[in-house]
Amino acid sequence: MMNARTFVGCSASTGTRSLARTKFVGCSASTDGSNAHVCSEISVSSPSAKSADARAPLVQVRGLYVQFGRQKVLRNIRLDVPKGQTLALIGESGCGKTVLLKSIIGLVHPTAGQVLFDGVDLSHMSDKELTRQRIRFGFLFQQAALFDSMNVAQNVSFPLRQHTHKTPEEIHEIVLSRLAEVGLPESVLTKKPAELSGGMRKRVGLARALALDPEIMLYDEPTTGLDPIMSDVINELIVRTRKRYLVTSIVVTHDMNTARKVGDRAVMLYPLVRLSADEPQIIFDSVPTELADCSDRRVSQFVNGEAGERLMEMREAAETSGLWSARSRL
Amino acid sequence: MSTGSENAFANRHERLAGFPIAVGSWAIDFWDMLITWITALGDIVVFGGRTMSWLVSRLPQRETILPNFYQIGVLSLPVVALTGTFIGMVLAVQSYSQFRVVNLETRLGAIINMSLVRELGPVLAATMLAGRVGSAMAAELGTMRVTEQIDALSSMGANPIQYLVVPRFLGCLVLIPTLTIMADFMGVVGGWFYSVYRLGIDNHHYWENSQKFVGAFDLFGGVFKSLFFGAAIALISCHRGFHCDPGAEGVGRAAYSAFVNSFVVILMLDLTLGIALDSLYLYLWPQGASFI
Ligand SMILES: Nc1ncnc2c1ncn2[C@@H]1O[C@H](COP(=O)(O)OP(=O)(O)OP(=O)(O)O)[C@@H](O)[C@H]1O
Ligand SMILES: [Mg+2]
Repeated sequence: MMNARTFVGCSASTGTRSLARTKFVGCSASTDGSNAHVCSEISVSSPSAKSADARAPLVQVRGLYVQFGRQKVLRNIRLDVPKGQTLALIGESGCGKTVLLKSIIGLVHPTAGQVLFDGVDLSHMSDKELTRQRIRFGFLFQQAALFDSMNVAQNVSFPLRQHTHKTPEEIHEIVLSRLAEVGLPESVLTKKPAELSGGMRKRVGLARALALDPEIMLYDEPTTGLDPIMSDVINELIVRTRKRYLVTSIVVTHDMNTARKVGDRAVMLYPLVRLSADEPQIIFDSVPTELADCSDRRVSQFVNGEAGERLMEMREAAETSGLWSARSRL
Repeated sequence: MSTGSENAFANRHERLAGFPIAVGSWAIDFWDMLITWITALGDIVVFGGRTMSWLVSRLPQRETILPNFYQIGVLSLPVVALTGTFIGMVLAVQSYSQFRVVNLETRLGAIINMSLVRELGPVLAATMLAGRVGSAMAAELGTMRVTEQIDALSSMGANPIQYLVVPRFLGCLVLIPTLTIMADFMGVVGGWFYSVYRLGIDNHHYWENSQKFVGAFDLFGGVFKSLFFGAAIALISCHRGFHCDPGAEGVGRAAYSAFVNSFVVILMLDLTLGIALDSLYLYLWPQGASFI
C-alpha cells in the first residue's frame, strides 16, 4: 500500500539533501546555573568530510523577541536546530509555540533578534528570494489551513503544480501516495475541505505539506484531534519521513507519546506572563526521555498532566474576576 | 445595601470626572484614526508597488486569471447595463423640465450624452464594480487571511500578492473599460428612448445636437478615468482583505470598508482627473464648445 514515493526534484533542495547522510543522535543533558537543561548536540556517526557542513545548524534562532501590541509572547529565545534533528516543542496552550514556528518560516516578523535559515535571515529577503527558500519548508498548520475553494486533490497537488513541471498523471500518482500515507482513501480526492472531519483536514494538510519532499518540516500539533491509532500512524509517518532522508523537523505537540516517539530532543517553552524578568523562557532542553524525571516542577507537572497549584491559582483568579463582574453589574 | 450605594457613588463620581476624560479620549480616538489613515495610505502605496513589480516580472497563470475575469467582466455586465439605462432615463426626466423653460429641449441629447460619457458612465461602472466585486474580493481574501490560507500560500512558496492580487488587479484594470462603455451605451440608449418616445423630442435634432457637442475626446476621457478607478478598487479591496481583523466581524468590516474607501477614492480621483482632462481639453481646443 505504501509504495515507494517518487522524489520530487526541485533543484533548490535536492542538492543539499543528498549531501548529508550523517546521523544525529540526541543531546546529552547538562544543567547550568538556572535549572534549565541545556542541550549540546553530538554527532556520533560517520566523521566524513561532509559532516562539518551537516553540523552547521539549519535553523538558528538568535535572541528572538516577538510582541503583538502590548502583549509580549517570546523573549530572548535562542535555539539551534541542526540538520536532521527532530525537535519536539512542548509547552502549555498560549505560550507561543505557534508564534515561534511561524517566525522560523518568516510568517511572523520578530520584534527583535533574528532567525537564520541555512545561514541567512529570512526577514531581510526579497519576495522572490523568499519564495525560493520557502520551497524547502513544509508547514503543517494547526488548523490545517486548506484552501476552501479547492478540493482535496487540488490542495495536495498545489505545491507540485506551482513548483514542478510534472504531468497531471505524475501529480495524481504523488497525490494518491501522499494521501495513502496519512491514511486517507481515494474517495476523499474530490471532496471540499468543508466536507471533511477535523482530523481528516489535518491529515490532508499534512499530505500537502509533505508533497514537495521538504528539507525541513514544521508540524503544528500533527496529532491533535486524531484518534489514538491515527495518532500513532502519524507519529510513524514523521519518524519514517525523517529516516528516509535527512529531513529536519520541529514538532509542536501536547502529546507526550508523540514527543517521546519522534523527538531526538525536547524543548519546553513557558508562558512569559508567569516568568520573572530574568528567567529564561525555555525551561527544558534535552532528550525527551529526560522529561519524565526532570527536577523542575513545572516540567514534570506538564508532562504528567497535573494541574497542581494551577487549579488553585485559576480558581482564585476566577473568584476575583467574578467579584469584579458582580460589582460592576450593580 | 452597602455595596450597592457604594457603587452608585462610584458611578456618579465617574460621571463627574467623565467629561474632560471623554474629550481627551475623543482627541485620542481622532488622533488614532488619523494615524491609521496615514499608515493605511502608505501601506496601500507599498502594496500597489509590490503588485506592480509582480505584474511586470511574472504574469499569473491562466487558471487564476480566468475565474476573476469571468466574475468581473461577464457577471457584472447585466447590473451595469440595467443601472446605466435607468440613469440615462432619469437624466432625461430631470433636465427636460429645466431645458423646456428656455425652449432648448432639443439640446437634451447633448447634455444627457455629455454627462453620461464624461462622468456618470465611468463613475457608475466603478461604483457597481466596487460594490459587486470589490467587497466580495475583500471578504474572500479576508476569510483567507483569517483562516490562515494566505499564510499557507506563503509557506508553500507561492507569493500571495502574485497569486491573489495580481489576477484581480489585472481583471479590474482590463475589464473596467468594457463596463464603462456598457454603462455609457445603455445610458445613451435609455436617455434617447425616454426623450424621443416619452417626451416627444424630435429624433433628428436630438442626435444632431448630441453629435455637435459630444466628441471622441469625451468618450476617451471617461474610459481613461475608469482605468484609474479600476486600479484603485482592486488595490483597496485586496488591501482591506489582506489586513482583515480576525473573526466574522473582521471579514464584514473588510467588505464594507473596501466599498466605502473605494467609493471615496473614486470620487476624489474623478475630481482630480476631471480637472486635469478639462485643462487638457482647453489646451487642445482653446475656443471650447458651449451648450447654449
Ligand atoms: N496574530 C496575532 N496577533 C495578536 N496576538 C497573537 C497573534 N498570534 C498569537 N498571538 C498571541 O500570542 C500568544 C501565543 O500564541 P500561540 O498561538 O503561539 O500559542 P500556542 O503556544 O501555539 O498555543 P496552543 O497550544 O493553544 O496552540 C497568545 O496569547 C496569542 O494571544
Ligand atoms: Mg498553537
